Amino acid sequence: MPKPEHFVAPFDENEMAEVDKVKLNEKPSNLWSDAWRSLRRRPLFYISLATVLVILLMALFPTLFTSVSPTDNCQLANSNGGPTEGHPMGFTRQGCDVYARVVWGARTSLAVGLLATAISGVVGVIMGALAGFYGGWVDSVLSRLGDIFFSIPYILAAVVVMSVLADYRSVWTLAFAIGGFAWASLARILRSEILRVKSGDFVMASIATGRTRFSTLVSHVLPNSITPVIVYLTLSLGGAIVAEATLSFLGVGLPTTVMSWGNDISAAQTSLRTAPMTLIWPSIFLTVTVLAFITLGELVRDALDPKARARG
Amino acid sequence: MLMYVVRRLLQAVPVVIGTTFLIYFMVFAMPGDPILAMFGDKTPNQATYDALAAQYHLDQPFLVQYGLYMKDLFSGNLGTTFSGQSVGEVLARTFPVTLKLAAMAIALEFSLAVILGLFAGLRKGKLFDNVTLVIGLVMLSVPIFVLGFLAQYFVAIKWGWASPTVGSDTSIANMWLPAVVLALSLFTTSMRLMRGTVIDTRSRDFVRTAYAKGLPGRRVIPVHVLRNSLIPVVTNSAANFGVLMVGATVTEGIFNVPGVGNTLYQAIIRGEGPTVVSFVTVMVLAYVVINILVDLLYAVLDPRIRYA
Amino acid sequence: MKISKSVLGAAAVASASALVLVGCSSNGAETDSSAAADGGSTGDAIIKTNGSEPQNPLIPVATNETGGGKIIDALFAGLVYYDATGAAHNEVAESIETEDSQTFTVKLKDGWTFTDGTPVQAHNFVDAWNWGADLANSETALNSYFFEQIDGFSWDESVPEMSGLEVIDDLTFTITLAAPNAEFPLSLGYSAFYPLPDSFFEDPDAFGAAPVGNGIYTLADAADWQHDVQIDLSINDSYAGEREVQNDGLSIIFYASQDAAYADLLANNVDVIDGIPDSAMASYESDLGDRAVNQPAAIFQSFTIPQELEHFSGEEGKLRRAAISMAINREEITDVIFQGTRTPASDFTSPVIDGWSDSLAGAEVLEYNPEEAAKLWAEADEISPWEGTFEIGYNSDGGHQTWVEAVTNSIKNTLGIDATGNAYATFADFRTDITNRTIGTAFRTGWQADYPSLENFLGPIYYTGAGSNDGDYSSEAFDTLIDEGRTSLDPAEAAAKFQEAQEVLFEDLPAIPLWYSNVTGGYAETVDNVQFDWHSVPLFYEITKQ
Repeated sequence: MPKPEHFVAPFDENEMAEVDKVKLNEKPSNLWSDAWRSLRRRPLFYISLATVLVILLMALFPTLFTSVSPTDNCQLANSNGGPTEGHPMGFTRQGCDVYARVVWGARTSLAVGLLATAISGVVGVIMGALAGFYGGWVDSVLSRLGDIFFSIPYILAAVVVMSVLADYRSVWTLAFAIGGFAWASLARILRSEILRVKSGDFVMASIATGRTRFSTLVSHVLPNSITPVIVYLTLSLGGAIVAEATLSFLGVGLPTTVMSWGNDISAAQTSLRTAPMTLIWPSIFLTVTVLAFITLGELVRDALDPKARARG
Repeated sequence: MLMYVVRRLLQAVPVVIGTTFLIYFMVFAMPGDPILAMFGDKTPNQATYDALAAQYHLDQPFLVQYGLYMKDLFSGNLGTTFSGQSVGEVLARTFPVTLKLAAMAIALEFSLAVILGLFAGLRKGKLFDNVTLVIGLVMLSVPIFVLGFLAQYFVAIKWGWASPTVGSDTSIANMWLPAVVLALSLFTTSMRLMRGTVIDTRSRDFVRTAYAKGLPGRRVIPVHVLRNSLIPVVTNSAANFGVLMVGATVTEGIFNVPGVGNTLYQAIIRGEGPTVVSFVTVMVLAYVVINILVDLLYAVLDPRIRYA
Repeated sequence: MKISKSVLGAAAVASASALVLVGCSSNGAETDSSAAADGGSTGDAIIKTNGSEPQNPLIPVATNETGGGKIIDALFAGLVYYDATGAAHNEVAESIETEDSQTFTVKLKDGWTFTDGTPVQAHNFVDAWNWGADLANSETALNSYFFEQIDGFSWDESVPEMSGLEVIDDLTFTITLAAPNAEFPLSLGYSAFYPLPDSFFEDPDAFGAAPVGNGIYTLADAADWQHDVQIDLSINDSYAGEREVQNDGLSIIFYASQDAAYADLLANNVDVIDGIPDSAMASYESDLGDRAVNQPAAIFQSFTIPQELEHFSGEEGKLRRAAISMAINREEITDVIFQGTRTPASDFTSPVIDGWSDSLAGAEVLEYNPEEAAKLWAEADEISPWEGTFEIGYNSDGGHQTWVEAVTNSIKNTLGIDATGNAYATFADFRTDITNRTIGTAFRTGWQADYPSLENFLGPIYYTGAGSNDGDYSSEAFDTLIDEGRTSLDPAEAAAKFQEAQEVLFEDLPAIPLWYSNVTGGYAETVDNVQFDWHSVPLFYEITKQ
């Protein structure tokens, strides 16, 4: 049988045929399985995942990591002492075990970071998306509301929230004080990105094919505007943990009975010149945690985004 | 365009009223009696207490206090601090200093973010990308007070490259150290935003088209990639600018900068409602103007964005 | 009581001292002073020191915090002044005489003038005091309570002229007290008792921004006060007192934190500072060498356990209070946490005050004694078993966290009970809970003397119903001894009464004494003859600059 003449190249030389061929015996690919396939080839993914899991384990079950009490039996005789047997990271100014405090502090710091990020993330995404996409009076009202919240000095917010709720001072109130007033920045960033994205052809196409505007926003505009949101949120996880330290430094943080990296960093600040390790250890844990979360966030985002994946 | 600006300026009115109300309420809601604090560990006599409460209207209910304050505000009187100075004068003194410091810090932060973020995005996954990420993260995860004290001790005292405090000389030459500290503590988010958007932009059709047309990278990168990636980082830097206007408390304290941060912090801690509200009101106005400029800048950066 | 609050984690109470450490040489300095005398105040030996923006107008009776106090003391001269050791010397007064400790006749020296040229006369004192005591001015005159002993003073109605003050002639006036008080003349060096020129009464507001005084230094121009930045004082050529100034002026730079001031000292940007930040306590002596200053001061630190606090009243309360006191290792805390910048307390006053003693009966309750503490605590448990947590309230904007934690750890380790600090975000919040008696825990208390007297550490705090008796302590025995001491004409006998009164306090422990704050400070290589006085402030006029 003669081959059809209108092929530019012989059929068996055309790579596209291979690409276009439907593999009937293979599971249909979808976003998640594609992402997983791309992720599992990257060693960085396993490293950051393992780190996050260890930190989570530390937060949930601190006694797995240390049997030393972080608060009891703090002896001033050990004040700012170096490492000794059973106390690998030495002692704080109050003579407490640094390693135990770092382990026990993971729970609070992680909770503050995650909660504050979640609060500012949810509120910020809703406000920013609606303002940017719908424009007009919706934009005016929501953006101006954002302006109001943005202008409240975070110290005032923290002082007010933490002292009004003095009897309930906890991770929750602190996360609320940090996250509840931090969403305005995120909303503005997302709004600006949506302003840029919504003029794209695919948005018009989506609406032209009969999708509602809201459905277009959720299924097309948001996914295409999410890059800065993910960047911002992974970083604000670290930012929130650090903000906790700064608020402790200003005296409006968590009660000193609560162990947290922020409280320890703030307390160790006075020993900066004499016993820097009491400050450096919690800082290392903080940095590594943030680094692990960011790396994980970036990898997952890359894996989910076919364009980015294609470019490696 | 002009209509848009006018409309935005009109919108500032409810923002200012909303902010003053919210902040006045927050200061009011703070537990603790500011008059008692004026006497330290001694309890004032009731007569003295009553006289002071009346002077600052603290004996009135919240709405009356707020009303009296707003009445003064609209007649141009920003109130008086507990130390007897006019809030307007205090603002006129401290605001320019903070504005200068914030402008220096943000200029530096923006440049760092754009340059490092652009190259990190272009070299995604390479050494430069990872090194800037780690440096950025260390800066992000070191609290500002630690960064400030370290910079002050080493740069200013040990090496003598700068004055450890600012004090009365608020020239650029005397304020560069706090500006650098602020910039370093802030640039990470902007840089990562820039990097992410650059990666995103590079895979867009118009960039592929530009390359396909045969344009060289040295033209595609600045014209197409850079310009189209600036919006998030501009937004974030503008937001940072706003934060610095009210929130550089710690840095201003460490370097003894006679700016807004310290005065505002003191006023908050002392519960000086009118002072806090007047300060924040001026900040809100500044922030509204910055936001309008930023929104106009969007249209310059991306011609598809239009304002009716 | 002057309030000193520093922000950003600096230590709470600025410190001071009274022991002589640097001999005040007057040899090379005399040429300086004569130069200053004829050359006016334009020399370049300006002493730069740390301070903070005054919180009130610069009016003596309106100033109740250390930022303004430091400036006021430089600008004004009173009837008496205190030397480094706290001994009072006549300044504007020629003599202060009394026969019954109730009526005092004050004779002034001739030749004193204010910087506006008007003479300092009897009516300048009487008018100033009357103005300060008048209820009509009470929103400005925050320190009006200093006049409450004077006959005719009222908290209920405006009294423009108190009956207890009488001008006899230009240079003589009499003071009559409502009740005898032998210690009254001692307090006359305090800033509330400074004189005011006639121009003050015409426009107090304007005066507060550009004060006119009669002291060693003067604010030559209101523009020399750069708010929130610094205030530049020049020499007052018309000062007529015996304290000889050895420099050409004083620049007080306002710092937001002690850390910033210390950084400037290390960089030689400031000459003398009167506070060492927490972060430098371990290193300042090696940083500064013999230019470091650390000596006891008239500041007493304690925490108060309210009388009605559950488990802390009656016999059980006495046992528990003593147990808590003996459970605190003051020696170790002052050594490790404060690096020796506090001195463990051995009474309720201060070692810089005449009549202080470290061997009062009952003082052993201040010594660390874990066995005895545990024993007393167990005895108390037999009366009523302990449960819950022992808490010490404090304001977290004053740098107290470190020691509160150390103290509660010491109690926890010794008694085996839960003990923690309870932080208040703001000082206002903290004081409100104390004033309203709603605090429900022990709380931090501190006292800095206004004038060098034992009584000033006791009467205002522990006397039944006294203004600062925040723990509501009441003891007939104590009150009687204070009354006897106040009316005693013999200083030695008065001191004995006050010591005896403290022995009552050791029994009841209304407050648990902790330590005396030292004055810590330092000076740069550029200056000499730096001496800190009993009140924690350097004697600026003595300082010489190369």
